[in-house]
Amino acid sequence: MTTPSNANKSSSGTSADNVKAGVFSSNEDLTAVAKRLRRHIVTMIAGAGSGHPGGSLSAVEIATALFWKIMRHKPSDPHWRDRDRFILSKGHAAPLLYAVLAEWDYFPLSELASLRQLDSRLQGHADRTATPGVEMSSGSLGQGLSFAIGVALAGRLNAQRYRVYTLLSDGECDEGQTWEAAMAAAQFKLDNLTAIVDNNGIQLSGFNRDIMNIDPLNKKWAAFGWHVTDVDGHDLNQLLDALDRAKEVKGQPAVIIAHTVKGKGVSFMENNVDFHGKAPSAEQLEIALKELA
Amino acid sequence: MAGEVSLRDTYGKTLVELGKKNRDIVVLDADLSPSTMTKYFAAEFPDRFFEVGIAEQNMIGIASGLAASGKIPFASTFAVFAPGRCFDQIRVSVAQARLNVKIVSTHAGVTVGEDGASHQALEDLALTCSLPGFTVIVPADAIETARVIEAVAGHIGPCYVRLPRAKLPNVNKTGYRFEIGRAVTLRPGKDVSVIAIGVMVSKALEAADILAEEGIDCRVLNISTLKPIDEAAIVEAAGETGAIVTAEEHQEHGGLGSTVARVIAKHHPVPMEFVAIKDVFGMSGTPEELLENYGLTAPDIVKAVREAIRRKR
Repeated sequence: MTTPSNANKSSSGTSADNVKAGVFSSNEDLTAVAKRLRRHIVTMIAGAGSGHPGGSLSAVEIATALFWKIMRHKPSDPHWRDRDRFILSKGHAAPLLYAVLAEWDYFPLSELASLRQLDSRLQGHADRTATPGVEMSSGSLGQGLSFAIGVALAGRLNAQRYRVYTLLSDGECDEGQTWEAAMAAAQFKLDNLTAIVDNNGIQLSGFNRDIMNIDPLNKKWAAFGWHVTDVDGHDLNQLLDALDRAKEVKGQPAVIIAHTVKGKGVSFMENNVDFHGKAPSAEQLEIALKELA
Repeated sequence: MAGEVSLRDTYGKTLVELGKKNRDIVVLDADLSPSTMTKYFAAEFPDRFFEVGIAEQNMIGIASGLAASGKIPFASTFAVFAPGRCFDQIRVSVAQARLNVKIVSTHAGVTVGEDGASHQALEDLALTCSLPGFTVIVPADAIETARVIEAVAGHIGPCYVRLPRAKLPNVNKTGYRFEIGRAVTLRPGKDVSVIAIGVMVSKALEAADILAEEGIDCRVLNISTLKPIDEAAIVEAAGETGAIVTAEEHQEHGGLGSTVARVIAKHHPVPMEFVAIKDVFGMSGTPEELLENYGLTAPDIVKAVREAIRRKR
C-alpha cells in the first residue's frame, strides 16, 4: 500500500517568495496532484471505516484547479486577511478538503489517518472550529452559498479584493435555501463570488433524475441571474479556463456547472450509488490504490 | 395605554446609535423592516443594510458569513421565523460554527394579537436555549431594550433577543444598568418570589401590589437573561422566600419555568408554580383578551402565588 507523504510533492513549483506573498500558482503536474488526492481520499476513508468517497472523488479536479492555480492562500496563516476563500458547501466531501489542506501543509499529512476518530481535528463533516484552513462548518446541505454571500458582501464593504469560491453538490440544489441564496447573490450583483456545482448526477439514494430531477441546471442558474459555464469537471484546462473567465464577469455572480463522474478514478466506485457514503474494504482499497498508482 | 413604550422602536433607534459608533455593525432583514424597525438603520446606513426578501434561512447564512469576516450582524424578523423558520441554519451555520451573529426577533408571544397562532412564537426560547454557546435575553421594557442591544453588540458570541409587538410600561428607571446573566430584584420580599421575564415583568409587579394588600410580601425578579441564567439569584430567592412562581409568555416546556425548576431542583428545592402557556397554540384576539384567555394576567400570578405559599411547609 502506498501512503502518500510530503516527499511525494517535492516537485511542487511553489517558490518561497510566492509562499511569503500568499500567491500560489504551482507549476506541479496537476494530473499527478489529482491522483495523489484520490489516493489520500480512499486511504483515509478506508481507514476510518466510513465516509463519502463518491462525492469526494468527483470534485478532485475542481479542488486541484482552485488550490493549485486559481486561489491566493497562505498555509502558514490560514486567517490571512486577503486570502481567497474556499467554502465547502457539500460538507460530506470533507475528505477531499482535508487531503488538499494536508498537501499544502495546513496540518501534517500523517493526520489524515485520524479522520472521523474521537477528538480528531478531521471531523466527519467539515468543521471550521476544528480544522485549520476550513472556512465553514457544513454537512447540513444548502447552507454554504448563503455563507459565501456574507463573506463576499464583507469583502465588498471592506474594499478587499479577495474572491469567494464555494463548492456545491448537485443534490444540494434540491434544498430551497440554495435558490434563496442564488436569487440574493444576483440581486447583490456579487461578481466576487463563484460557485461550482459538482454535477455528478447521483445523490444518496439514487440518480438525481429518479430522486428529484434538477435538470436543466444551467438554465435554472441562468434564470436566477448568474453567468453560467458548463465544463467537463475532470478536464483541468476547461476548469482553469472557466475559473479565469469567471474573474472577468462584472455585475453578476458566476457559476460553473462541472459535469463529473461520481467516484471518478476508481472503476468500481464510478457511477455507483453504493459508494456515496460507504468506505471501501481493505481488498477494495488495494484495488483502488493500484488503479490510482 | 399612557406611559407605554415600544421596545422594537427602541431597538431600531439603538441600532442607529450603535451604527454611528461602530462601522462593523451591519443589519439584515427579511422583508419586515417596517415592523422590526430596522428601517431606521436602513435609512441611515443603506450600504450596511441587507434586505434578503422573504428568505430567513438565507438571511441567517449570510449573517454567519458576515460574522466570519469580522462584521457584527444583527438579523431581524418575527420570532416565529427566526428561530422558528431557520432553526437548522442557526444550529449549524451560527451555533456550531461559533459565529458572532445577533438574532433580534420581534412579535413574540400571544401579544402579537389578531394575526393569530401562526404568528405567535411560543417556543422560540426553548429552541435557542437548547443551542450550546447561545446567549438568550428577553428585555422587559424599552429602557432595558436599549441596554440589552448595546450589551449584545459588545458581547462576542451568538445571541438571541426576543421582543414583543406590544408597547410595555417601563419597569426600570432611566440610568438602569444591564449586565448579561444578572437578574435584577425589582421589589424586595420575604414570603414568595415571582421570577418573571419580558411582558410578564410588569404583570408580576401588579400582582405584588395586590398581594401586599393581603399581607403577602412578594419579591419580584426580572431575570432578563434566560441563558446563561443567574443561578445565584434564583437559589437566593428560593432560600430566603421558600416558594417560587415563574411567569412567562412562552410554552411551559423549555422556557423560563423549566430552566428555574432545573436550578432549584439541583440546589434548593422549594414549592414552585408556573404561569405560562400550557401546551397549546395561540389564536386571534386582542393582546389583553389573549393574555386573559391563556392565564397570563396579574390575577393569574396572584392565584399561583397563593398556591405556592399554601404548599410551603
